Amino acid sequence: MEKMIEELLKEFRQGSKRAAARIISLIENEAPEGKEILRVLYKESGRSYIVGITGPAGAGKSTLTDALVKLMRHRGYRVGVVAVDPTSPFTGGALLGDRVRMSDLTLDPGVFIRSMASRGHLGGLSWAARDALVVLDAFGCDYILVETVGAGQSQVDVVKVADTVVLVTVPGLGDDIQAAKAGIMEIGDIFVVNKADRGDADQVVRYLQSILEQQTKTEGWLPPVIKTVAWRGEGVEELLDAVERHRSFLVNSGHLDPLRKMRLKEEIIERVERLIFARLKKEVRMDGVLEEVYSRQLDPLSAAEALVGEIIPQAGSAGRK
Amino acid sequence: MMRKIRVLIAKPGLDGHDRGAKVIARALRDAGMEVIYTGIRQTPEQIVAAAVQEDVDVVGLSLLSGAHLHLFPKVVKLLREQVGDKVLVIGGGIIPEEDIPILKEQGVAAIFGPGTPTSVIIDFIKEKVGEKSQGTSA
Repeated sequence: MEKMIEELLKEFRQGSKRAAARIISLIENEAPEGKEILRVLYKESGRSYIVGITGPAGAGKSTLTDALVKLMRHRGYRVGVVAVDPTSPFTGGALLGDRVRMSDLTLDPGVFIRSMASRGHLGGLSWAARDALVVLDAFGCDYILVETVGAGQSQVDVVKVADTVVLVTVPGLGDDIQAAKAGIMEIGDIFVVNKADRGDADQVVRYLQSILEQQTKTEGWLPPVIKTVAWRGEGVEELLDAVERHRSFLVNSGHLDPLRKMRLKEEIIERVERLIFARLKKEVRMDGVLEEVYSRQLDPLSAAEALVGEIIPQAGSAGRK
Repeated sequence: MMRKIRVLIAKPGLDGHDRGAKVIARALRDAGMEVIYTGIRQTPEQIVAAAVQEDVDVVGLSLLSGAHLHLFPKVVKLLREQVGDKVLVIGGGIIPEEDIPILKEQGVAAIFGPGTPTSVIIDFIKEKVGEKSQGTSA
């Protein structure tokens, strides 16, 4: 195992896409080697700027990503793309089709694209997808674009990883009340009305602007609303300018470091929860407690505290009575 | 471990008849695999570059234009050069019977013509990928 890891890392550091791809698979398959490599690569990461692209299915996220990456390449950046599509909850399979819109980028040596399935993660981003960002970061990408599943009203995972969130919508999806529903509107730093050659794009822009004036995600930043026709590349220059403007805003206003630190704090807490939960499922025997709760000798909350107490003594000792 | 079989479905060559490729992509998805669909008119170089970045176990090629004797072996050759022989290459579409042995000799593991039940393809992939992954982990 040690030797395989060393060889992979050596290849990776020489810029081998094959090695980067292999590492992401190891992580995705929860192989022990993947965890080891991630430990090493995390220390070499932290230089990429991460842009989330999200919005409803069919809004044109992949086409927009394609156009944005081409422009980023034109400006001399190395770019990584993580494109997430949903896993079927019934079969566990997935059809990942984002590459169809990105064929031109496949052979570009400065671009790495990876399609990933959501693998049952409700918020749209699997842990593996989040870890893949660390891999691409250490790989030397200046920008990483994360394109996520549909993003309905609750799929807002992308804020957990992205420095700038681009929310893509299209004309004809509903009125301003739809847009004002909690969740999705609050996560955007930049709004895009794609397919602006159709329908009443200007009205959608006005809707969005009127809502955005009443709320703030980050003090001092009013999210711009940009019209694009992604397949023709229209408006994409403005979009990249807006991304770079938002980036300098975050840096110059001193928001970027606290934002990243807060995200890491949340990530650590989430991982703690996950580890505890895994140990609970593995180590704790429910049967006795279940009987006590069922026969009303013990209430469910006290039972839970007692169970947690078995793996973390301190937290549970006060709970059992 | 959450090992899933990853398959790249691609259409090399110039024909745009992608119905078959899409049917296969969906059938493999429904069999629990992760299928990356790359679309029509892909060059062998594009297909292999995508297969490398996606780290797939299988590359499935669909072609109806008659250029299979040129394009399928080219994909196999580039794959061998860039990732070794761990990737299974299979093909489908309109392939004359007499060409199948030639393609197999050049490294295409199987050709599935029109009318092949998708279950046959699924079983073939599961068996072959199972053998290969056991081979590498041992």
